[in-house]
Amino acid sequence: MISTPSSMPWFAAHEWRLMWRDGIAMMTGGYKTRTIALVFTLVTIAALMHLFANAMVGPWIDAGVVADKSTLVLVTGTGFLFWTVMLSQALESITRAYYSRSDLDLILSSPSSSRTLFAVRTGITAATTLLLACLLASPIVNVLAIRDGAHWLLAYLVFGAFSAVATAIAVLITIGLFRLVGPKRTRLISQIIAAVVGAGFVIGIQAAAILHFGNMSRFAFLTDADFIASMPDTGSLLWAPARAAMGEWLSLIVIVVIGFGALAGVIALASSSFGRHAIAAAGVSNMRTAQGHGELAFRPRGQKQQLRVKEWKLLARDPWLLSQTLMQILYLVPPALFLWISYGQTAGTYVVVIPVLVMAAGQLAGGLSWLAISGEDAHDLVVTAPVSGRAVLMAKIEAVGVAVAVVFTPLIALMLFASLELALTTAAFAALSSGSATAIQLWFRVPMRRAMFRRRQVASRVSTIAEALSSIFWAGTGVLVAGNQWLALLPATLAVVTLFVAWSLSPKGKRV
Amino acid sequence: MSETPYALDIAGLTKSFDRPVVKDLQLRVKAGEFYALLGPNGAGKTTILRMVAGLLQPESGSISVFGTDTRTDPLGAKSVIAWVSDEPMVYDRLTPYEYLEFVAGLWQVDSREAQSRATELIGWLGLTPHAHERCGGFSKGMLQKVALAGALVHDPKLIILDEPLTGLDAGSARQVKQVLLDKVRQGVTVIMTTHILEVAERMAERIGVINHGRLVAEGTLTELRARIGRESTLEEIFLDLVAQKEMDGETAAEAAAA
Repeated sequence: MISTPSSMPWFAAHEWRLMWRDGIAMMTGGYKTRTIALVFTLVTIAALMHLFANAMVGPWIDAGVVADKSTLVLVTGTGFLFWTVMLSQALESITRAYYSRSDLDLILSSPSSSRTLFAVRTGITAATTLLLACLLASPIVNVLAIRDGAHWLLAYLVFGAFSAVATAIAVLITIGLFRLVGPKRTRLISQIIAAVVGAGFVIGIQAAAILHFGNMSRFAFLTDADFIASMPDTGSLLWAPARAAMGEWLSLIVIVVIGFGALAGVIALASSSFGRHAIAAAGVSNMRTAQGHGELAFRPRGQKQQLRVKEWKLLARDPWLLSQTLMQILYLVPPALFLWISYGQTAGTYVVVIPVLVMAAGQLAGGLSWLAISGEDAHDLVVTAPVSGRAVLMAKIEAVGVAVAVVFTPLIALMLFASLELALTTAAFAALSSGSATAIQLWFRVPMRRAMFRRRQVASRVSTIAEALSSIFWAGTGVLVAGNQWLALLPATLAVVTLFVAWSLSPKGKRV
Repeated sequence: MSETPYALDIAGLTKSFDRPVVKDLQLRVKAGEFYALLGPNGAGKTTILRMVAGLLQPESGSISVFGTDTRTDPLGAKSVIAWVSDEPMVYDRLTPYEYLEFVAGLWQVDSREAQSRATELIGWLGLTPHAHERCGGFSKGMLQKVALAGALVHDPKLIILDEPLTGLDAGSARQVKQVLLDKVRQGVTVIMTTHILEVAERMAERIGVINHGRLVAEGTLTELRARIGRESTLEEIFLDLVAQKEMDGETAAEAAAA
């Protein structure tokens, strides 16, 4: 017994145990050998990331790090990039705290305080958000601490304060949405905000760099002399987080007090309404959505057309898919801008656009294919219908193909105005990338509820990795083909090998 | 489809997973009959019905539906079967009307005829006020009624139901039972598994008892009573048959061990 039942430490220990077991099970599937492989992989990735960070910040350290205006702008801008990702993550976790029903019904129906539970879950959200930020930023911070001085380690405390602020803002947004739009729409809008915030700043400065400097580097804006000159002087409070991260104690204390104070204040303010909002969120599953008014006329359709129409209806009404697709479309904004401003220029500039479009097509097709092929809520109905399994799969694949084409055709059509050759190359490799992702989903199909979409990666790690690798390799092939490089054969071969390995590892013959 | 008096004719059916689940099963159900399949948990009832519906592949043996072999002409057999499981197979984001349109399309029912049947079924099952609401917020009973409407919209000759009354309130259960009895009166064959013995006793013309993957007894209620030699309820007959089989199994195991 570590503490009094239903107390804050008791709930924290309970939550920690569940999170730890869930996380380990997700990553290792309960196999000891996989745990060893996981540790080895993590250590290797960490080492590689540190080497990469050293190559990135090494020249800067060698030149001598001085807390001048340009350094403060660069550190603050980079910190803000990480913070937007933290806010996005916190918003998703807080929404889940209200809507996840696994044990919430049990706890809310017990005499335990829902305020205590909320405080614990909000604290855990802040901790996991901090963990994410540390995972992303630790290589840079560690390299700076090793090569420029231990004072850089204080940056971790700044990240802690940042994660606290991100969590506090996420709670305020969620509660605000509950009050403004009600529990039925809060989850969807919150997911969209999380997607926009997570990608928005990164894409925003990339778009600004494209419009301003004609290149896609996110840091072009932060190192521009005009931009730096337009910023406040070094004494401004705006630079306090950067100064704190660089080892200035007074700034650090202010940042930490503000960050954790904001979180404590928001928890105190919001915890009393947690039980009420969580119960309101529980009622969402019982709410009914009217679809049209009058009696619709049944349309005469063939079996395959009926299946395709059903898939399109379900895809269009899928709230999770909306946020996922929005992210995909957001990532297409920079290449679209690049296309727009480069219109009429030499074909070479378009080479940057091809890999982004090809990869996005693969990723979108992978998600849609999973929903259409594996995420079949009425699996028994479709199997018992007098329609062959092959016809069912073909109809679903066609439905996915059309959905992907609807998203990408306008962009490729835009490319046609500039270069027919590049437009055709992009279309061909986007088709190969999405076709490969669909084939992988087909080989690894396992009937599951559509609601499992967010955990689809857990169903098969091989298919997830193969899907990502094939998209990357086809993107690489596309860009090299556009540049008339014979080297294109290498990524093309790797893409084919990836597909072959995925096919040979797929569970063939185990399905009806 | 050849002329046969049997809606379902199973011969020598065998299926194993990690252990044998169905062993050399022989079962015949006459056309237009209401047949109840009983058995303890894990007896193999659902596995048998899933093989008939084409959801599982048998290891050996044959299944014939109105004279059509499910192995040689699976689509022909499926075109006259409707399958209803205890977990309703309904899409959360379609309305009952849209769902019925989809099912009718899969079975290639004429769209005008399907629409007329759908309207009738929706009214019959008391779903009219919810016909244009997405199924996502429906109760278990409402979902089961939508699934049943889906099973009936293509006018099947054989309806197979696996525990269709599980989780239904008294009113919904009564509606479902009434719909099934009406269908049998119209000449449709119904095969149903249930743990509610009273339902089998009242509704079924013939009852089959499955235990350890074998048909241990079969007949009308009167024939089953005669078999155990006393006036009993179906519950007593069922428990007696299952207990007898367990005892036979234990005796055989002891003999083998000795």
